[in-house]
Amino acid sequence: MNIQTILFILLSILSVGSALMMMLSKNPVKSILWLIVVFFSISGHYVLLNAQFLAVVNIIVYAGAIMVLFLFVVMLMNLNADNEPVKNYRLRLIAIISGGSLLLVLLSAFMNVQQANPVLLKTGDGGLIHVLGMTLFTKYVLPFEISSVLFLSAMVGAVVIGKKDS
Amino acid sequence: MDIKAYIALSLILFTIGIVGVLIRRNAILIFMCVELMLNAVNLLLVAFSQMHAVSTAAKASVTYASDAQIFVFFIMIVAAAEVSVGLAIIVMLYRNIHSVDVNFLNRLKN
Repeated sequence: MNIQTILFILLSILSVGSALMMMLSKNPVKSILWLIVVFFSISGHYVLLNAQFLAVVNIIVYAGAIMVLFLFVVMLMNLNADNEPVKNYRLRLIAIISGGSLLLVLLSAFMNVQQANPVLLKTGDGGLIHVLGMTLFTKYVLPFEISSVLFLSAMVGAVVIGKKDS
Repeated sequence: MDIKAYIALSLILFTIGIVGVLIRRNAILIFMCVELMLNAVNLLLVAFSQMHAVSTAAKASVTYASDAQIFVFFIMIVAAAEVSVGLAIIVMLYRNIHSVDVNFLNRLKN
C-alpha cells in the first residue's frame, strides 16, 4: 500500500464522514461548515488526480463563494437553532431504506465495469492550467462566452426575484 | 488506483445527497444536498478523465482528459448561477411565508 492509496482512503473517509455530518446535523450553520469540509476533501481528491486547476477552482468557487452565500442567507434569516418542526420518522425511515437500496443497485450495476486503464494519480498533464487554458480558449471558447451570458441572466434574475415588490 | 474505488466513493456521496434531499425539510439544506450530488458527479468525471488520459497519450494533440475537466468547469459555472437564483427564490419564500420549511409549500396541492 503506497502513500497515494493511504491518502485516497483518508480523503474518502473524511469526505463521506463530513457528508453524513452535513446531512444529519440539526443546526444549518454547522451543516454548511461540514459541507465546506466536504468540498475541501474533494479538492484534495482533485489534487491527487493531478487536476490542479479544478482543485483551485473548487476551493475558490464552492468553498469560497457559494458556501459564503449560503451562510449569508442562513444568517439573514436567523435560522440558528434546530427549527425543523415536523419530524416524520416513518417518512425518514422510508427515505433511508430507499436511498440504501438505490445505493445497492447502483453499486452492483457499476462494480462490474471493465477497466481499460488504471486511474492516473499524480501524473498526466490534462489537468494542468496551461493545457486546460489552451483547450478552453480554443476549442470551447463559444461555450465559455455563452456562460458569461448565463451569469448575466442569473444575476438579473436574482435581482428581480429578490427585489421587494412595491 | 482502481476506477472502482472512485465509482464507489462517488456513488456513496451521491446517495447521501439523495437521502438528504428526501429527509430534510429545510429548503436551504435540500439545496446543499443538491450541491453535494453535483460534486460527486464532478469527482467521477475527473476520475474517468484520468483513466482515459493514458490511452490518449499515445495519440498526439488529442486531450480527452482536458475535455472532461472543461466539462466539470462548466458544471461548476452552471451550479454557481443556479445557486444565486435559487437562494434568491428561498429569500423570497422566507419573506412571504416566514419559514423555509418545504412542508408549508403545498398551496398548489388543492
